[in-house]
Amino acid sequence: MSQKYRVGAGRLVDSSQPMTFWFNGRRFTGWQGDTLASALLANGVTLVGRSFKYARPRGIVAAGVEEPNAILQVGVGATTVPNVRATEQPLYEGLVARTTHGWPSVKWDVMSLLGRLAGALMPPGFYYKTFMRPQWLWHSYEKLIRKAAGLGYSPSEPDPDCYDKLNQHCDLLIIGAGPAGLAAALAAYQGGARIILLDENPTPGGWLRCSDDRIDGEPAERWVAKALETLVSAGNVQVLLRTTATGLHDGRFVSAIERQPPSVASAALQTRIKERMHRIRAGQILIATGAHERPLVFANNDVPGCMLAGAVSTYLKGYGVRPGRDLVVGTCTDAAYAAALDWLALGEGSVTVVDARSTVDAKLVSAVKSAGGRCILNAAVIEAKGRTKVSAAVIATLDLVTGIIDSEVETVATDVIATSGGFSPVVHLSAHTGQKPVWRKDIAGFVPCPDHPDVYVAGAAGGDFSLSGALAQGEGEAQRALARSVYRIDLGPDQKGRNVCEEQWPFAIEPLFHVPHVKPTAKAPPQFVDFQLDVTAAAIELATREGFQSVEHVKRYTALGFGTDQGKLSNVNGVAIAAKALNQSIEETGTTMFRPNYTPASFGVMAGRDVGGLFEPKRYTAMQPWHELNGAKFEDVGQWRRPWYFPKDDETLDQAVKRECLAVRQGVGILDASTLGKIDIQGRDARRFLNRIYTNAWLKLPVGKCRYGIMCGEDGMVMDDGVTACLGDQHFLMTTTTGGAAAVLEWLELWHQTEWPDLEVYFNSVTDHWATATLSGPDSLALLKGLTDIDLSPERFQFMEWRQGLVADIPARVFRISFTGELSYEINVNANYGLALWQRLMHAGADFNLTPYGTETMHVLRAEKGFIIVGQDTDGSVTPEDLGMHWALAPRKAFSYLGKRGMAREDCQRLGRKQLVGLTASEETVVLPEGSQIVFSKSTALPANMVGHVTSSYFSPILDRSIALALVAGGHARLGEEVLVSVGKDQWQPAKIVPSVFYDPEGARQHG
Amino acid sequence: MLRIYCPICEEARDEPEYHYAGQAHIVRPSDPDQCSDQEWGEYLYFRSNLRGLHREMWYHAAGCRKFFNVLRDTQSHEVKASYRLGATPPDQEEVRL
Amino acid sequence: MQRYSAFSLFKHALSHHQHWQQAWRNPEPKPYYDIIIVGGGGHGLATAYYLAKEHNIKRIAVLEKGYLGGGNTGRNTTIVRSNYLWDEAAQLYEHALKLWETLSLELNYNVMFSQRGVLNLGHTLQDMRDIERRVSANRLNGIDGEVLDPAGIKKIVPLINTSKNTRYPILGASWQPRGGVARHDAVAWGYARAADALGVDLLQGCGVTGFDLAGDQVKGVQTDRYGTLGAGRVGCVVAGNSSVLAGYAGFELPVESHPLQALVSEPIKPVLDTVVMSNQVHGYISQSDKGDLVIGAGIDSYTGYGQRGSLPVIEHTLAAILELFPMFSRVPMNRQWGGIVDTTPDACPIIGKSPVDNLYFNCGWGTGGFKATPGSGHVFAGCLAEQEIPALAKPFGLDRFYSGALVDEHGAAGVAH
Repeated sequence: MSQKYRVGAGRLVDSSQPMTFWFNGRRFTGWQGDTLASALLANGVTLVGRSFKYARPRGIVAAGVEEPNAILQVGVGATTVPNVRATEQPLYEGLVARTTHGWPSVKWDVMSLLGRLAGALMPPGFYYKTFMRPQWLWHSYEKLIRKAAGLGYSPSEPDPDCYDKLNQHCDLLIIGAGPAGLAAALAAYQGGARIILLDENPTPGGWLRCSDDRIDGEPAERWVAKALETLVSAGNVQVLLRTTATGLHDGRFVSAIERQPPSVASAALQTRIKERMHRIRAGQILIATGAHERPLVFANNDVPGCMLAGAVSTYLKGYGVRPGRDLVVGTCTDAAYAAALDWLALGEGSVTVVDARSTVDAKLVSAVKSAGGRCILNAAVIEAKGRTKVSAAVIATLDLVTGIIDSEVETVATDVIATSGGFSPVVHLSAHTGQKPVWRKDIAGFVPCPDHPDVYVAGAAGGDFSLSGALAQGEGEAQRALARSVYRIDLGPDQKGRNVCEEQWPFAIEPLFHVPHVKPTAKAPPQFVDFQLDVTAAAIELATREGFQSVEHVKRYTALGFGTDQGKLSNVNGVAIAAKALNQSIEETGTTMFRPNYTPASFGVMAGRDVGGLFEPKRYTAMQPWHELNGAKFEDVGQWRRPWYFPKDDETLDQAVKRECLAVRQGVGILDASTLGKIDIQGRDARRFLNRIYTNAWLKLPVGKCRYGIMCGEDGMVMDDGVTACLGDQHFLMTTTTGGAAAVLEWLELWHQTEWPDLEVYFNSVTDHWATATLSGPDSLALLKGLTDIDLSPERFQFMEWRQGLVADIPARVFRISFTGELSYEINVNANYGLALWQRLMHAGADFNLTPYGTETMHVLRAEKGFIIVGQDTDGSVTPEDLGMHWALAPRKAFSYLGKRGMAREDCQRLGRKQLVGLTASEETVVLPEGSQIVFSKSTALPANMVGHVTSSYFSPILDRSIALALVAGGHARLGEEVLVSVGKDQWQPAKIVPSVFYDPEGARQHG
Repeated sequence: MLRIYCPICEEARDEPEYHYAGQAHIVRPSDPDQCSDQEWGEYLYFRSNLRGLHREMWYHAAGCRKFFNVLRDTQSHEVKASYRLGATPPDQEEVRL
Repeated sequence: MQRYSAFSLFKHALSHHQHWQQAWRNPEPKPYYDIIIVGGGGHGLATAYYLAKEHNIKRIAVLEKGYLGGGNTGRNTTIVRSNYLWDEAAQLYEHALKLWETLSLELNYNVMFSQRGVLNLGHTLQDMRDIERRVSANRLNGIDGEVLDPAGIKKIVPLINTSKNTRYPILGASWQPRGGVARHDAVAWGYARAADALGVDLLQGCGVTGFDLAGDQVKGVQTDRYGTLGAGRVGCVVAGNSSVLAGYAGFELPVESHPLQALVSEPIKPVLDTVVMSNQVHGYISQSDKGDLVIGAGIDSYTGYGQRGSLPVIEHTLAAILELFPMFSRVPMNRQWGGIVDTTPDACPIIGKSPVDNLYFNCGWGTGGFKATPGSGHVFAGCLAEQEIPALAKPFGLDRFYSGALVDEHGAAGVAH
């Protein structure tokens, strides 16, 4: 039974290249060039799915992206793809596809019984009306409902393929390579403009690919081929096939997705680019996206065998496939006659055209009749018979003006009913940036907003369905689009007479959307508007009766257009039915919003390369190779990966940190501090600038000295801190927190550029220029002494000073500042020497048991000293006063520094603000969990009266007990008081409020 | 995705190169210490948040690192003009880009 | 009001559903209302409902420029949770969550509130500190929550990538089992129907163009459809358009309106039973009963009233989702859209009086409005009906932007959404 519905060669397929594929476990053969849909039809497979709500059998309706029913799972394992439209999927050797609905099979689906029996209980909105009682059971109801959810299956393994992005620029982007798009490109390229022409199909031509039109005296196919050749060889035209423009965004920016051809795509399981997103910034955009045919809405119009008239032609001519034996065409336009004539040309099977109109071009009728078909005017197909396959069409006389249907009906046996209710221009892209499409009564369709500021439109997309119109408009609109650019085109006399064509059938329509049944809509067999989501004409009428009268309400209440086809077939029919039910015009009713994507895009291609390790850049210091070699564990801090601790052998975090802490307190440790933000500040007014930015005084800081500074926002809240060194009278080096570096630089620029441009000062980020190794601990001086020419004697090189010199033969700036409270030297060298410096320090440090330590030990050591970490001990709601840092404020500075007025506001000065204090748990071994909330007294009632929380908490090896920092309401005045720390449900740990400096409160150690 | 002309670089570049920096032409009170809490609050937080033509600041973070002003329609998102800090804002009627 | 139930469905099925009543009337406006609510989204409709139901106000109108529930109510990712950091915010959102738990019965309308639980992931040590802090505070505020380690997360969401080799490995999460999702449209429709049944006039397609002011007092609302409607008090609940209305009344708000984008995949078979949110990689995701993966993005940096944002935000969000769920790479993205969110400096709402007498605002919900809908309406009804501002609303007055008493939820709390 191989391909028994294949009747000829077909223009899009190559019969010399047969291909094997599998559908629902059965083996079939198709041809190169087939889509999965055409190959299935060629093999007589007409049942390809079940509907969402009622589990009704469904067949292939369309031949393009608008297909609502044939949604299949393609491929297996890691490369499986859910929800593939069979009409879009090119066939490839070995393709495996299956339906995802129906149990035990798509043919015999138990759910359809439920659908038939209970369908009447499931009008739109039925969920809202029931399952309410008892409230707690909803979750169980929902579990049942979810069992029926979804179409295809997500893969369960990571994607072996990769995806790509390409940023593109062009002067003119032409979307659609049908007659209008090709004519546009042929005209436009001559002016030298950079042109991108894209089309979703594997070959250009649009509907010309399957028509019998002639252009310039040749078959249209030939004209298309020549056009392509001309454009490809032009040099300034990029032709992208298999590429769909999915979204049109602000600023004439278009996202377009290119799919790999199937020959490449079938090479499964090899990492390769599966899809590529072209991010196109276009000078001008021409939309030549054509139109989608609309089906008519009649009873049981979803039975497999009901199709679009144009799709029938496409399968016949393009793929050499007849979708059945006999054909009934239901129409209200001339366009559908092509399907009848194409079918008749096969010379087999009966053909009946049922046209709702009373007057039809006599040539058409006689063409059908002379070919052996039958034409019935003033009539419509009101119902399809059959369950899993159309068996007959029920036809009745219809008065198009009054909408009255005659009760006398005729039944015509057939297995295919093809309908055409006219065409809906593909307006989607034109509406993505908010321009509402406009209804045109004469063509019974929405067209792009005529005043659209960003796009030009040509051909069927703009509502002109003629070939001559498409060719002329393509050329004309391209000229208009480029008219104001340097690539203006003036077609000379030698180009006259091109693109001459003869119109086959002029477009004529008398609108018909919903075909009345002899029974009222509510009682008639279901008349489907949205196939995928089982939205019927009755449902739309019911929604309007229930008060859902805005077209958006109708959509949301019935789910009309919410399927994967996003209403491509159903939108206009639905609007028309709603309009009629509301007794208003379609113009008044309007259409729902169009949003990207026009057709779906995989998550993978949207993310592109920014996945896995490339999700965000990783920043490492120059010493990273050493850290890795020596077994460091890492912590993410902003984009940086910083050594967290350096375990020896099988040490745990706690063990390693204890060892590292004691090494610093008792000997010497080394920290990679390169990640701290560093900003070089120069200029005559650098001091004045710092004086305004920081809360403390900077005007008199001598060269060679360093000072700690706090930066506040204008709200008075701490935003960053760090030490800034005076390198020269007009030259400073500011350090910032690791995570805050970029924001601080922007902050400095903001104030300089907007408020104080009169200050002469310049900022440069030098974070990456310098590598910093910090030696800390009582032995640091002894260690460093042997490596440097700097005079380290404590009286010559004091705490909070810096010196320049050689360290391990490397030019260095050494800062005597301390974040541990120990004698410390921060050695800064050119980042290129960072690793060498570190290695030499480690080498020389062997005699001192120099111990590398990470961020965790740094945190413990600084907490022992009560030094804050912005972002951990502060959270944007903390002022310097709250931190007890009055000493870092200079309220008498002449200039009202940033944050000064903010922290003077009523709430910032009230009593009872949360203030930074130390906490010691009553049990010395208990480390209070960071983040734990604090109360003054236990109460069982909730909410409890929380007065603060633990911000930092560690076990201090040197003190041999736990310590913590906390923000506590009125804490500074509560030293010595007991609090309770919540450490779990109904679990409390008593603790005492103590000063925030736990170790060496006099600060003697850092002075050496 | 917006395309914004940087008047310093004299080039139109894509939005990700810039940081949005809020309403333009907000001047810090000359004597903050004399401001009432209400005045300070208004300076800090209250914004015109116009629907329609909006003067706003952008920072060319991945470019010249300069702040500049942009006249943009917040309804259509259309960028009408860019101008340097301190420059006279273009007449809203005759804008270019 | 016609009762909804399984029985009524059955009864109406017998008559082919031809006799369902309108869910709400399309009334002609009265010249004067005791209270006019501007904005027919979830918050406004809930306000009107509670005004009628609990404060016995008779003449109430809701004015809606477009269609009911057409703004952010119908554009969000439907997440409901109450695990906020600060007491003031947590109690407000918990009040809402409690109302959610009985809302379907209250309204005789199934809003499909599904308590499938919400995970907020932590990827850095600081994230985990913030999570511990928030969960600890929640516990003492009577809000359910616990801290999970990666193994605990994996039990709830088997598909999630807890490998240590990702860019930002998952270190843990907070878990609020009572959080979940609801059907956004149903919330608006349920409140609308219930309010209408209590006599509230819902005036759709009625845009506000200005206020009638007498001195410092509002006397009425000017509309594009019905001229001026008199009002005793006016409550504005218009989210992203709040500044526009404030402009009509002659003042500014500490609010900026930004695009906030979201997207859905095509429906796939159920794979994700809970809500997963991550601030560090920036995306949040749940799966609807239809099978769509519903994904929220971060806000666009610029202000915008166009109900759309920039593509890079969507691209980044999907990259983030693939960090968490690499297997979704081949799932097709169906549709994206945007709303206009009204953000405030402290990521908390503004509820209460405005500088104009009898004119009240309820705005500034930013990215977090949907979850608060019942609570917001309930509390705002109290503001409008009574002399005293209700205790739950007090911390959220405009005065905090002068005094400095902000409730800063985006500092440590890590709750952008």
